[in-house]
Amino acid sequence: MVTDTAIALNRFGLGARPGEVAPTDPRGWLLAQFARYDPRPPAYAAVLPTPQAIAVLAQAYADRKQDKAAVASVAVPVVASAAVPMAASAVAPAMAAPAPDPFAPVRDAWLAGVGARCNAALASDTPFVENLVHFWANHFALSVEKPEVQALVGAYEAEAIRPHVLGRFSDMLYAVERHPAMLLYLDQAQSIGPDSPAAGGGKPETPAGKPKPNAPHRAGLNENLAREILELHTLGVRSGYTQADVTEFARALTGWTVAGIRPNRALDGMAPGTAWSPRLHEPGPRKIMARTYPDSGAQQAGLILADLSVHPATARHIATKLARHFTRDNPSPALVARLQQAFLASGGDLPTVYRALIEAPEPWEAPLRFRSPWSWGLAAMRACGTQQIDPKQANALFDQIGQPVWKPGSPAGWDDTGASFAAPDALWLRVEAAGRIAGKAGSLDARALAPALFPGALSDATRVALANAETPAQAMTLLLVAPEMLRS
Amino acid sequence: MAFDLPRRQLLVAGAALLTPRLAFAAAPTERRFVFIIQRGAADGLGILAPVGDPAFAGLRGDLAADFDGAARIDGMFALHPKLATIGGLYAQKQALFLHAAASPYRDRSHFDGQNVLETGGEAPYRLGDGWMNRLLTLLPAGEGALAVSTTIPAALRGRMPVTNYAPSSLPEPTSDFDTRLGALYAGDAQLHALWTSALATKARAGKASGSHGGGVQAAAATGSLAAALMRGPAGARVAMIETNGWDTHTGQRTRLSQQLAALDAMVGALQQGLGADWGQTVVLIATEFGRTAAANGTGGTDHGTGSLAMLLGGGVAGGRVLADWPGLAPAQLFENRDLRPTQPLDGAIAGALAGHYGLDPARTLARLFPAAEGRATDGLVAA
Repeated sequence: MVTDTAIALNRFGLGARPGEVAPTDPRGWLLAQFARYDPRPPAYAAVLPTPQAIAVLAQAYADRKQDKAAVASVAVPVVASAAVPMAASAVAPAMAAPAPDPFAPVRDAWLAGVGARCNAALASDTPFVENLVHFWANHFALSVEKPEVQALVGAYEAEAIRPHVLGRFSDMLYAVERHPAMLLYLDQAQSIGPDSPAAGGGKPETPAGKPKPNAPHRAGLNENLAREILELHTLGVRSGYTQADVTEFARALTGWTVAGIRPNRALDGMAPGTAWSPRLHEPGPRKIMARTYPDSGAQQAGLILADLSVHPATARHIATKLARHFTRDNPSPALVARLQQAFLASGGDLPTVYRALIEAPEPWEAPLRFRSPWSWGLAAMRACGTQQIDPKQANALFDQIGQPVWKPGSPAGWDDTGASFAAPDALWLRVEAAGRIAGKAGSLDARALAPALFPGALSDATRVALANAETPAQAMTLLLVAPEMLRS
Repeated sequence: MAFDLPRRQLLVAGAALLTPRLAFAAAPTERRFVFIIQRGAADGLGILAPVGDPAFAGLRGDLAADFDGAARIDGMFALHPKLATIGGLYAQKQALFLHAAASPYRDRSHFDGQNVLETGGEAPYRLGDGWMNRLLTLLPAGEGALAVSTTIPAALRGRMPVTNYAPSSLPEPTSDFDTRLGALYAGDAQLHALWTSALATKARAGKASGSHGGGVQAAAATGSLAAALMRGPAGARVAMIETNGWDTHTGQRTRLSQQLAALDAMVGALQQGLGADWGQTVVLIATEFGRTAAANGTGGTDHGTGSLAMLLGGGVAGGRVLADWPGLAPAQLFENRDLRPTQPLDGAIAGALAGHYGLDPARTLARLFPAAEGRATDGLVAA
């Protein structure tokens, strides 16, 4: 048994909170959130803007360099030999007094971002739009293994994702691909045109990174961002582009880099952040998917992005992912076609696409699906009335239940299917986590709360289990792992 | 009001589903009072069995086997063999059993029943504060208070300050919780399969929640902790310990034995830890309601009415069972199924506390249980 109200609250939204009045007009409730959405809610106050985050990063690298120099001056030479036991080589170089970790401020910036993301979601009364923020951040995924990403991920979501979720796809695409976090994550900041002035007509020169001696192409070019834009961010894999298109796009992207992290002759005098350096740019026209783009310097890659942003394959790719997010692992072709049409007809106007989604029957009819750990964790905390969570606790929770915040491990982001999360151990971990989350719920009565969380959609089995629970705390725990809560 | 502090602490502490939890409050008197609540409706007939009642063996079937050869403590009753320490207290006249006792609550919801038992109202949610908190208003002015649990139990909530302290152990689902969740998922093919598989994996890994052997040790540790926090001049004077797991719808013989072994260990640790202070201590053990007189079809019992309460401690006028025994014949049962309540728990609690703290019995009853009819029971503690 599902109801439109329960679907609006749980599938479109992030789960209801205690005391929330159930929307009488579920579709209208979703649409009305567009006007109320706050791109920079109070939870984001502690997130460092990009220039400050880059300053933190620069300081960390400078401090580490100093530490290394200090250690090197007292280091004992290590003889590399198979006969030397691991332990012996591990003790050298001799440890001086432990210096403060130069990267601690970087991790603090990351934690501030985690806190902002979680607390914005917990406190939000525009949960559908917050859900869309999470959708797009996962579409344009970063992963925090690199310190660069740790320092900038909060700023990235605040500056490149949140302001554009109710705008045009092309604007979000442009903001994302030019954001320092993405330029660093996908190695664009190190890429230089092989025939650029900086490369000296083919002789390697290092702008922001090290040359790769065995790179498959001429020294300096890095295709990573170009490939992921085509494969993951716009057209989608196997949509017709070729390796030649990737390489050409990578050449066009050269010149886009990040200033302010390390001393760099090519970027002298530039403000910290996204930078355009003609010295790194590969000169010449670029031919991508049968269209030629003259060399317009910084505009060249921008024009390519603009064309990609409204390409039918991009529309289909986005339509498929949105349909999957809001319906089922294998979305219906009819819904995908409908969203693709809305995307193309509006030139990638995202609210138009969302309206088509809300008006379509599929999101309201598709069988409920196992929630992702992120979705379940937020819904469980919202159900308990949690307004705020400490970032370290948030990281511990989402690490435990299997979806560490901003750490999908690859630029493809988290696989957005129920099947990939529905596993015995995952359920066990949620049951354990539910006990802890419910323990913080104070004196909530699960019997009264449950019908409000799932209006008209509460099963008799759950109702009975809650009524027969031994204690209020046990009832809250059961509610948090009830079938209604595990799926959306 | 001290609720802000404990609420914040609980954010750090996390919930303890398995470990018993306790909460207590301090007051400048040497007399100590501990309330051990049995959440889940403890089976009074399975704890202090009326083996002399002619209907008992027939109603209980296999459940009665626990009392085969158990020594009777008087002409009617035998104490469950797992309660060795409590039985020893009874022999020393430091344990008083109140049978066929009940709060005013006559329905069978755990939540509602616990709310009445803890608030002392005549109906669920009628009162916002708890009778233990109101007890503090009758005691000499206290300078502060302390509580040990993740949340303040309803019995302690109210205007008098109560803080809490929670054991930091991480919660693990208990076997009872596993069973309930299994029942909840029974009609859900996907979740049923996932949960069954998860339990099997955990059992192989030795982490099965059904294999908790630590119940007795954990209960003893809680008893010791409570005693340590109540011992000596600076210790707390009024405490509450929460125990769960009494809702024995299935497999009652095994589960109740484990529960009682843990309870007995907790009482033993409390007594040992309090040392000489045990002489000035009254421990109340009570549950929200009892269980059906007859065993059900799954080796357990269902929600009932009358049950058993205990008063333990050096000051208790013990060594006896206080009961107006209603009998277990069909016509004698409450609503043809439950042990008929013949003794109000309210009056007994008020009487015991009035005697223990030298308070006026009528005033104590009126403060703790404002809607109670009848009188506070006399003579439960040694004057």
